[in-house]
Amino acid sequence: MGKRLAAVLGTGQTHHRAKRTDVSMPGLLREAIDRAMADAEVEWADIDAVVLGKAPDLFEGVMMPELFLADALGATGKPLLRVHTAGSVGGSTALVAASLVQSGVHRRVLTVAFEKQSESNAMWALSILPPFQMPVGAGAGGYFAPHVRSYIRRSGAPGHVGAIVAAKDRRNGALNPFAHLRQDEITVESVQASQMLWDPIRYDETCPSSDGACAMVLGDEAAGDRVPGGAGWIHATAMRTEPTTFSGRDQVNPQAGRDAAAALWREAGITDPLSEVDAAEIYVPFSWFEPMWLENLGFTAEGEGWKLTESGETALDGRLPVNPSGGVLSTNPIGASGMLRFSEAAKQVMGRAGDYQVDGARRALGHAYGGGSQYFAMWVVGAAKPG
Amino acid sequence: MNDVAVVGFAQSRNVRHSDGTTNGVEMLVPLLAEVFEQTSLSKEDIGFWCSGSSDYLAGRAFSFIAAVDALGAFPPMHESHVEMDAAWALYEAWLKIRTGEVDTALVYGFGKSSAGRLRRVLALQLDPYLVAPLWPDSIGIAGIQARMGIEAGLWSEREMAEVAARSRADARANPVAQLSGEVEAATLLERPMFADPLREHDIAPVTDGAAVLVLAAADRAGELADRPAVITGIEHRVDSPALGARDLTRSPSAGAAGAAAGGDGVQLAELHAPFTHQEIILRRALGLGANVGVNPSGGVLVGNPMFAAGLARIGEAAGQILLGNADRVLAHATSGPALQQNLVAVLEGRD
Repeated sequence: MGKRLAAVLGTGQTHHRAKRTDVSMPGLLREAIDRAMADAEVEWADIDAVVLGKAPDLFEGVMMPELFLADALGATGKPLLRVHTAGSVGGSTALVAASLVQSGVHRRVLTVAFEKQSESNAMWALSILPPFQMPVGAGAGGYFAPHVRSYIRRSGAPGHVGAIVAAKDRRNGALNPFAHLRQDEITVESVQASQMLWDPIRYDETCPSSDGACAMVLGDEAAGDRVPGGAGWIHATAMRTEPTTFSGRDQVNPQAGRDAAAALWREAGITDPLSEVDAAEIYVPFSWFEPMWLENLGFTAEGEGWKLTESGETALDGRLPVNPSGGVLSTNPIGASGMLRFSEAAKQVMGRAGDYQVDGARRALGHAYGGGSQYFAMWVVGAAKPG
Repeated sequence: MNDVAVVGFAQSRNVRHSDGTTNGVEMLVPLLAEVFEQTSLSKEDIGFWCSGSSDYLAGRAFSFIAAVDALGAFPPMHESHVEMDAAWALYEAWLKIRTGEVDTALVYGFGKSSAGRLRRVLALQLDPYLVAPLWPDSIGIAGIQARMGIEAGLWSEREMAEVAARSRADARANPVAQLSGEVEAATLLERPMFADPLREHDIAPVTDGAAVLVLAAADRAGELADRPAVITGIEHRVDSPALGARDLTRSPSAGAAGAAAGGDGVQLAELHAPFTHQEIILRRALGLGANVGVNPSGGVLVGNPMFAAGLARIGEAAGQILLGNADRVLAHATSGPALQQNLVAVLEGRD
């Protein structure tokens, strides 16, 4: 007995800034939800259930905020689920919403993910030292910098590859009216001239900290068939988890990511991702994660990811445009960042990506990761029904 | 779509204070061994893992990451987490099996309520702009709810005490219970008020604990348990968070979930009612007649491990089927202030 078909009917996101002081949390969410529902051409009565995701509750200082948000989410009287899988949560949330449709339980599901980091202090929330656990005390950049150094050493990548990614993603972001950072003047040289934060990661190679939300309406086959211009059909989904640390764990190329990708391509019927995927929205919060994840996802062999980036093939007009929307490097409301990747992939195959539309995009990847590169969530969406 | 059944369940002893780290994941390790022994499954056989817990109980971000270590998540696992009671993690796992993507799932919940001051921590579930700054705590809100019901003539302090007395008496047969014993309602009513009109016996005790449950597709379940508990309906709903905008003496979300899950004709029910008067509200919302046995385990008034207690209700109810004591049962889980969010599962034994 197989899954039922499920499709993206519409997407919406907020304008992203470091501090959205003009809206409350409910207001922020409604900005994304109202756009997604308008895009999907659905009304509240059409929505059967709501699935909310965000990263730690401590980021906003509200315990289980889905409870106080129930009215604003239009969930009152309906089923409401709240997902939390660290930084991959935006992707996992979309996958839980998809399973509500794929299981035949619901016809149309609203899913939304958010982070309003300015409500509290994320650095404080991440700096609590629980007993018996290894303190990092270096922020995410400090945690991931050694992985990047290790990648460079293992692959022999030249030092400017990270800057190429940063300049590309920020210029793509300038084409996206919702992006937080829109830097059309940025160059590889200017990135390389920016301050070194955690060697080898420079200031312009790091993601911003954003307030923002992303929403999608997912539906069953009948609902997908009615989408003007075509729905974004879900071809495959995958999630995998491994522990943060243990001796022998490959933190540069984690097994959980490789396993998830293998399962994903298998389900999507894709044998050569580089030729068969037209656009990829990959979770790249620090520039060097583009080549690292290209390898982890199987787009290239191990040690070869940087070559694809350096050759310009991941640019908007390249063989595999990566992060045409500007990606996490341009916009990072942590809990929503994964769902943004998933929804941007859907926008590409629905032909709704505006100025950063990849010509002829028929199949696209949405990818998210979280924790210490240990949680992975991904999907493949297509312009045509799978099969 | 695939039917889903409960084939294994284990829970830790409900205690006022457990040793171990603030997230309490140590409590999971023996329980995992217990369900693997019950079902003859091993870690590698599990298709999907899903947990429920809360960072706010542990007082730190990403507390569930530690649980991944307790599972021994290598080779990597297909895994997810809800920041809710693990009854909702069970719902996510139920979906996964329904899609046909996997045919087994392990669901777990854990919570160390003793790590902080629970009633104050739960105040942070309220609207952070308008309500939480006033710090109405969870027991105070339940007290308002109890008072409204008493004044409306829906229940009395005596009926509340009778719920407590019955729960403790039933718990004498429950080896994991935190509270149990023979006590008269009249004796309980002589005790002082804790948060008028609530006395201590009206309030679920602060409890550390964990629960683990194994699900399987119905066509696989027969290999894993002699008498699997098939989930014939599972539904959940949420009510408005605005305490002044809803009638606190009723639980429309519990009623709607129960009706959708098909709760008619159940022999017994395990209700997640952290306050005595909430059992009375839930009985009414779910239409449970006098012939339906409620909380044979003693319910959460004898032990309420946050984020595991709702899953444990499903496990306790399923256990009655697995042991052959019942054929059709109902289980309920709640979340949020004053019964805001409710899940109902109906389970059946099929011989």
